[in-house]
Amino acid sequence: MHNRLGGFSMADTGVVETLLQRIEKVDGGVDSPGVAASLGVDHQVIVGAVKSLQALGDVISAELRSSKHWELTEEGTEIAEQGSHEARVFNSILLEGLPQAELMKLSFGKIGFSKAMSNKWIRVDKSYEGGPRIFRTVESIEDQVREKLLLVKQGNAAQLDEKEKNELKKRKLLAEVTVKSYWITKGGSFSTTITKQEAELTPEMIATGSWKEKKFKPYNFEAMGVAPNCGHLHPLMKVRTQFRQIFLEMGFSEMPTNNFIESSFWNFDSLYQPQQHPARDQHDTFFLSDPALAHEFPLEYLERVKKVHSEGGYGSQGYKYDWKMEEAQKNILRTHTTAVSARMLYKLAQQEKFTPVKYFSIDRVFRNETLDATHLAEFHQIEGVVADKDLTLGHLMGVLHQFFTKLGITKLRFKPAYNPYTEPSMEVFSYHEGLKKWVEVGNSGVFRPEMLLPMGLPEDVSVIAWGLSLERPTMIKYGINNIRELVGHKVNLQMVYDSPICRLDS
Amino acid sequence: MVLKAELKSTNRILAHCCRQLHSTFRVLFSLTWLGLSANMPTVGVKRDFLFKALGRTYTDEEFDELCFEFGLELDEITSEKEIISREQGDSKASGASDVILYKIDVPANRYDLLCLEGLVRGLQVFKNKLEPPRYRRVSPDSGGPQRLIITKETAAVRPHAVAAVLRNITFTQERYDSFIELQEKLHQNICRKRSLVAIGTHDLDTISGPFTYTAKAPGDICFRPLNQTKEYTATQLMSLYRTDSHLRHYLPIIEDKPVYPLIQDSNGTVLSMPPIINGDHSRIRLQTKNIFIECTATDLTKAKIVLDIIVTTFSVYCAQPFTVEQAEVVYPDGKTCIYPELAYRKEKLSAEFINKKVGISESTERIAQLLTRMCLLSQPTGVRDEIEVEIPPTRPDVIHACDIMEDAAIAYGFNNITRTTPPTYTVANQFPLNKLTELLRQDMAAAGFTEALNFALCSQEDIADKLGKKISQTRAIHISNPKTAEFQ
Repeated sequence: MHNRLGGFSMADTGVVETLLQRIEKVDGGVDSPGVAASLGVDHQVIVGAVKSLQALGDVISAELRSSKHWELTEEGTEIAEQGSHEARVFNSILLEGLPQAELMKLSFGKIGFSKAMSNKWIRVDKSYEGGPRIFRTVESIEDQVREKLLLVKQGNAAQLDEKEKNELKKRKLLAEVTVKSYWITKGGSFSTTITKQEAELTPEMIATGSWKEKKFKPYNFEAMGVAPNCGHLHPLMKVRTQFRQIFLEMGFSEMPTNNFIESSFWNFDSLYQPQQHPARDQHDTFFLSDPALAHEFPLEYLERVKKVHSEGGYGSQGYKYDWKMEEAQKNILRTHTTAVSARMLYKLAQQEKFTPVKYFSIDRVFRNETLDATHLAEFHQIEGVVADKDLTLGHLMGVLHQFFTKLGITKLRFKPAYNPYTEPSMEVFSYHEGLKKWVEVGNSGVFRPEMLLPMGLPEDVSVIAWGLSLERPTMIKYGINNIRELVGHKVNLQMVYDSPICRLDS
Repeated sequence: MVLKAELKSTNRILAHCCRQLHSTFRVLFSLTWLGLSANMPTVGVKRDFLFKALGRTYTDEEFDELCFEFGLELDEITSEKEIISREQGDSKASGASDVILYKIDVPANRYDLLCLEGLVRGLQVFKNKLEPPRYRRVSPDSGGPQRLIITKETAAVRPHAVAAVLRNITFTQERYDSFIELQEKLHQNICRKRSLVAIGTHDLDTISGPFTYTAKAPGDICFRPLNQTKEYTATQLMSLYRTDSHLRHYLPIIEDKPVYPLIQDSNGTVLSMPPIINGDHSRIRLQTKNIFIECTATDLTKAKIVLDIIVTTFSVYCAQPFTVEQAEVVYPDGKTCIYPELAYRKEKLSAEFINKKVGISESTERIAQLLTRMCLLSQPTGVRDEIEVEIPPTRPDVIHACDIMEDAAIAYGFNNITRTTPPTYTVANQFPLNKLTELLRQDMAAAGFTEALNFALCSQEDIADKLGKKISQTRAIHISNPKTAEFQ
């Protein structure tokens, strides 16, 4: 049979039709619960019919109404059938009484007991031999609670006053239920015949030309489509890619930083950081137990480093302490990628003729620290180095300015600072519009001659360098407060899925 | 009145919060490169005393700005009450002092700025309010210098010692507190928690030289230590101080040695048992007029620096300011040295050197003036653009001409230097491994994989036990000092 209503299930068809017919007959409108009752179907079925009709356009107009009425809860229904707990307690006490222990075993015992006691229907004789025993105090009782509930069940809730209803509500026997119903009236384009809107344009329709007579359901451009399966890049790595871009755009070459392990010599000694320095402590650095010592060093260079630490030279007074080989041999997890910069500068110094260079690196470093919301044992350091003749502090500021401009930071200020291997050293501050304050964004300096000259670099060559962490700008950009939510295996992958593209300069 | 006070405190709280936020950012940034800022010592000074000594008052912003220029950081503005309140709760704080304290962060290599007197000296000279003081070592008015005789037993545990005397000094409570604080700061900083150098200061009028620096077996040492009422042997002291939150950290320095260092006077009175504790007998009080200072050490260079710093800083309160009375130290082999060294070193450099390195162009005279403002008294020599710089004993951090150059730049003002672009022409190259990685990452994500960022550090369990492998078969490296069992 040709189904005019296309898409509807056979069960619904009848309901919708009947509903339309009802509405047609009536002058005003119909009330959905009423229709449901007369058709003998669940109210929800009528609601379904109403919604499908609404989807077709202006056929009907349905006004949402809500009304409250009282209903028995599950417990309430149980009581209505079997009587209230206290009544059942009363009824289970025979003439000779009932031991309290036994009563408590019954399902209604506990609640019923206390209620019955407060109604003064029963009494307890605590001194009875064999244990406390309960006796009736009155001959018979009226189970008022049950009666009230029965009234409600029969639909006569109105006969109870507010106070009684609230009391029963407190005991969780009655519940106030909001019923949403529809007042349905004829709509602008009312008719008892329904034409369903088509959802798809099929080739047959085009071929036969039948599309001219059909009504089409409008596209819902607001609907969220099915998300396609896709992969995701980690936000920290996205920021890393952007920084790499910035350096490459500025003509900086990438240093080979693929070694997490470094000897103390390259990590500290070659950088003119003394062996007694606190940063070389057990507390700050990860020392290796296996492999514990490094053995291959450019020996001539090592001797020069030893001399400049312990005696001075190259215009320096030196630190004047006993420089120990064993200390330099200790293997560690590198604490900064400046160790790699040192290696690169040494290599540069071995060239026949000096050529200026610009190097950068962005890689992982390790610190042996107590962990908290902003500190991890491993994180990423960004470092830039420029080596050329006659570079000045002004040049360093210029490079920093160019670098930070690419990050969208244009207001910079510099503060004198101290690092063991740079002199002068500057902390870089930028103005934070939100906090209305100058915030540190990096650290920089000119490498000391005691570091460069033993390598063999010409005297007029200056090396300027700066660094910052990768995690901090990422956390600010992506609004993450706890570093453990960004890095590591305990990260919520949803964060990775949802992280937007990284645009550093806006 | 009430409203104004409230507004003020709200401002202060806001500023405090800003500072807290700021320092959180700051810590992570600076910790990551060159990792030293975390070790910046903090000096607490009473604001009003500081301003009095500086000769003028500043608003918080003005002082913050001054610190920024000079290379200090005004880390926190607080009061004793606030500190106690924050650490132990408001109830414990009632009755504590409301006096405003400035907490100033000082660069780790500026031992001369570790107390109010040092800061004042540095800032006054910087602002041209004071000439750099000239420190002199003098002989005693009568009699010979105090003598400290080192015996050979010390060689096993703590071989070096230096000494000096501050004559006719006048203490007030603040000066006294500052004196004690400076010693503590030096102990924490250059002395590497007393392991390299330990400082002892004594009331010279309660003891009589010559003094002996020796080392004895723990059982043979017995004296009444500072703040105690009875005598203890050294062995007993080790157990006594094991629970002392401050001193227990220093016990391991000498604990296992066969002999412990000991300084006594000619009557056998114990001055101190370095590096643990001084004797109570020779303790310094407010009324003390003459101080005997001794520093024992495993590193002689540092001991000399420490002594110089203490005596130069506090000689300002002596009847003859900036003079220090010498003391003689006699080594086991008979060699004698006079301390404090108070060495003034001269270095010559050219104005061109400074101008070129910093990127400015100042006249020779002007540069000499800039350096003098940093306590480096300088004069043009008259030979071309040569300048002779005198490095005082208060600046042991100046070990190369580049240190002098930095000071010139600071006096000039970093932010006054013109920014220029280096003319360095380079063609950039990517590291091949990283280049490939970047390409791979993109396509792997396009293929539907999500990038994860794991720790390199893991536990032994994670890579061996839980996978049923032997740890020796994995090519893992092992860390000798992990802080947690997660990272091995």
